[in-house]
Amino acid sequence: MENVNFLYDLLGKNVISVLLIVSLPLMFVLVYALIAILAELKVSAWIQERLGPMRTGPWGILQPIAEVVKLIQKEDITPDRSSKLLYNLAPFIIFTGAYAAFAVIPFSEYFVPAGINLGLFYIFAVGSISAIGIVMGGWASNNKYSLMGAMRSVAQLISYEIPAAMAVLSIVVLASTMNMQEINKIQSGWFWNWFIFGGPGTLAKLWVIPFTLGLGLIYFISSLAETNRVPFDIPEGESELVAGFHTEYSGMKFAMFFFAEYANMFVVAAVLTTIFLGGWNSPFGDFMQGPFWGVFWFVSKAFTVVLVQIWIRWTLPRFRVDQLMYIGWKVLLPLSFICFMAVSLYVMLK
Amino acid sequence: MSDIKRLDLEYSQLESDRMRINVGPQHPSTHGVLRLEVEVDGEIVTEVVPHLGYLHRCFEKHCEKMTYLQVIPYIDRLDYISAMNNEWPYVMALEKLMDIKVTDKVEYIRVIMAELNRIANHQIAVATFGLDAGAFTPFLFFFRDREYIIWILEKMSGARLLYNYFRVGGLAADVYPGFKEDCLNIVKQVRKTNAEVMDLLIYNKIFIQRSANVGILTPEVAINFACSGPVLRGSGVKFDLRKDEPYSIYDRFDFDIPVGTGEVGVVGDCWNRNMVRVNEMEQSCRIIEQAIAQMPDEGDVKALVPKRIKPPKGEVYMRAENPKGELGFYIVSNGTDKPERIKARGASFVNLSVIPEISKGYMFADLILILGSIDIVLGEVDR
Amino acid sequence: MIQYIKNIWAGLSSTFIGMRITWKHLFVKKVTIQYPDERFKLPEKARNRLYLEMSRCNGCNSCAIACPVNCITVETIRVSPDDPHQEVHYNGKDRKLWVSRYDIDFAKCCYCGLCTAVCPSEAIQHTTEYEYSVYNRESLLYKFQTLTPEQVKEKERLLAEFRAIEKVCHPEGDAKPAEKKVVDKKTE
Repeated sequence: MENVNFLYDLLGKNVISVLLIVSLPLMFVLVYALIAILAELKVSAWIQERLGPMRTGPWGILQPIAEVVKLIQKEDITPDRSSKLLYNLAPFIIFTGAYAAFAVIPFSEYFVPAGINLGLFYIFAVGSISAIGIVMGGWASNNKYSLMGAMRSVAQLISYEIPAAMAVLSIVVLASTMNMQEINKIQSGWFWNWFIFGGPGTLAKLWVIPFTLGLGLIYFISSLAETNRVPFDIPEGESELVAGFHTEYSGMKFAMFFFAEYANMFVVAAVLTTIFLGGWNSPFGDFMQGPFWGVFWFVSKAFTVVLVQIWIRWTLPRFRVDQLMYIGWKVLLPLSFICFMAVSLYVMLK
Repeated sequence: MSDIKRLDLEYSQLESDRMRINVGPQHPSTHGVLRLEVEVDGEIVTEVVPHLGYLHRCFEKHCEKMTYLQVIPYIDRLDYISAMNNEWPYVMALEKLMDIKVTDKVEYIRVIMAELNRIANHQIAVATFGLDAGAFTPFLFFFRDREYIIWILEKMSGARLLYNYFRVGGLAADVYPGFKEDCLNIVKQVRKTNAEVMDLLIYNKIFIQRSANVGILTPEVAINFACSGPVLRGSGVKFDLRKDEPYSIYDRFDFDIPVGTGEVGVVGDCWNRNMVRVNEMEQSCRIIEQAIAQMPDEGDVKALVPKRIKPPKGEVYMRAENPKGELGFYIVSNGTDKPERIKARGASFVNLSVIPEISKGYMFADLILILGSIDIVLGEVDR
Repeated sequence: MIQYIKNIWAGLSSTFIGMRITWKHLFVKKVTIQYPDERFKLPEKARNRLYLEMSRCNGCNSCAIACPVNCITVETIRVSPDDPHQEVHYNGKDRKLWVSRYDIDFAKCCYCGLCTAVCPSEAIQHTTEYEYSVYNRESLLYKFQTLTPEQVKEKERLLAEFRAIEKVCHPEGDAKPAEKKVVDKKTE
């Protein structure tokens, strides 16, 4: 395995550098989640011609911190008849699943916590852990709403992983590697080298661009479903199931679910950025290209995707369970197969 | 979409344990303190039992202890989001009993107030229906506009929601200067928002998927259950008291009765019921424009009746087209200043009774939408 | 198959239409009123907290009768002619009744405005004041009487004394119509 961490170069391979590498993404997640919560509050408010929170700090920018403080202060309720161990474990498992994915996310040319070769495969593997956490939480709450939410959620996560995996597989075929760092390196140069525009290649790639664009869209839609965002927020659809699988949770445990949701949003946005949008590459060739600019490009691209997710949330109504399944199995899956075959054909002809 | 019925069949062959869920009274989308006891088979609803009475206030009995004038503030609290419309049949009933003719200006102001309130009510209905479907943004667009309407009503009557504005034989207060311009501006604004929400919500594919072909109420069932208002008209029955039994001065205006057309889905589904409300807003706008043009400027609106109203002995029933449906008041007078008996026929109560009939075999998420499309107000259901 | 593709297209296109509308609204002028800093000006007619102008109130009790929720309590004492403290009404007439108690319980009040409509002297009026939240219900009981309890006792004593004298002078009946004359006679 290639050495891809600037911290190893700086400090050598020892306990301190490993701990730093592990904790850097955690810091990032915490800061990012606060910003994302603020973005959600503000974007929703502006779309609805409101101002949003304005009291905490200038323009209300400290609102997420206030909310976290509020959640810490709240009473941590465990329902009497719940299965205590599972109930208490569920939020941590969900957050662990979301956070573990950060291990392979390449923030920059010289910073990826673990540059393993099966990066994409690993992300899908740990992404499924959150399904277990949701079922645990929903079942252990001993609440009918929670149980229904958990059931819906698992069905949704499993069925939408397949189109997402197909979309990612197509890119793997194009890039012929599963290492996320390698995928990024292939896409260097101008933005037309990104995989959403067919990857680097001659003009012959023009006919494959619609398919890669479609793959990007398919992955984006499936990622919405995997993170339980609108229009796929059926597991927690507040008008039907009160709050879905986390109905009974309060205080810090609820905050863990919250953080996990936003961390998950970033993970899928990061994967989308890495495999479709060139990762840490500058869109303009060598302009602003480099390890430090890489972090900037990567985070801003991923955050733009997160903003689009928020934007969609405040635009669309919610699907019904059977329609969700219909879209997953009858629309996205066949389309992703078609795109996959087209991309494979392109690779064969190349 | 016959898929759902087929789904139902397939599911019923696989015998499984059924689960009873309590929806409400603290559930976020029951539009008040309504409790639905729902039996579900997986996600399919097999039985719905509505439990009422969480908001029962003894309205009818209470009225017997009060003078006729004191009843009006309580009537506001029946359907508290269209209070102007509620007061109207009550004062009309008393006017009929006492044989009072009100002046033209009063009639026009009443029509404008009632139609403004109808728009406000339908805005809430459509907005909360969208909210049930998960669309949050149209909800706030409608509420922004409703606020402007409420400002007009507040300037007229002095209160935001519970107006206590209509009086037997007149009104509590005259129009304020600039009233006509305000109304015309509101009409413009309502049309603008409606056009926007059409694109954002009503014709959104997901919304159509969710609400079309769901909760189909056939005209026969609707008539048998004595449904009225948009619930009945959504099923394609062209029945509107403003046209069919013109009270007040509704025969002077040119307006249409929107009915469910089955433009998407089937006549009588949730989408059509909702669409009827959207179209009715436009018709109300038309009525307001005509009424503003025809309204005489001079004239007194104060009632020319004694302060202590003593209708002659007798009984009277008067009904009017409320935004929710037909609201009727049956008043028995014994010649004193207190009514012997008042009976209110609330539209929400009657419309709600159709829920168990039309929500069987649909999904749990659909039940919430069906409830939202019927547009009940628990103040009127429980009274 | 055509329907299938049409459905997908309709789903995508209506999503983009919706997103375009919400995008436009991102940059529209916001309508929020920042409440404690800026306030919406209530119309003159707005029916909020009641206020009683005691100098105008003649204690006729019609507001308490008109109230549908019985939130107004009025108690009066007749003005004794012996009282050195006499008051003149806004319309130039002498005060006939001391209002010894005028309570409005705003926890009960339904802001219907019926009391203001029946008031003959426009003493009770709605104000546009709406910020009067308190921590307990007792604080919502507003007392509008201007007389102190001592004064009330004094007035009651004066009236009782006057009545006693009245009974001695005119044992045959009520002295209601002849109050002024009685006073005149006594001074003579």
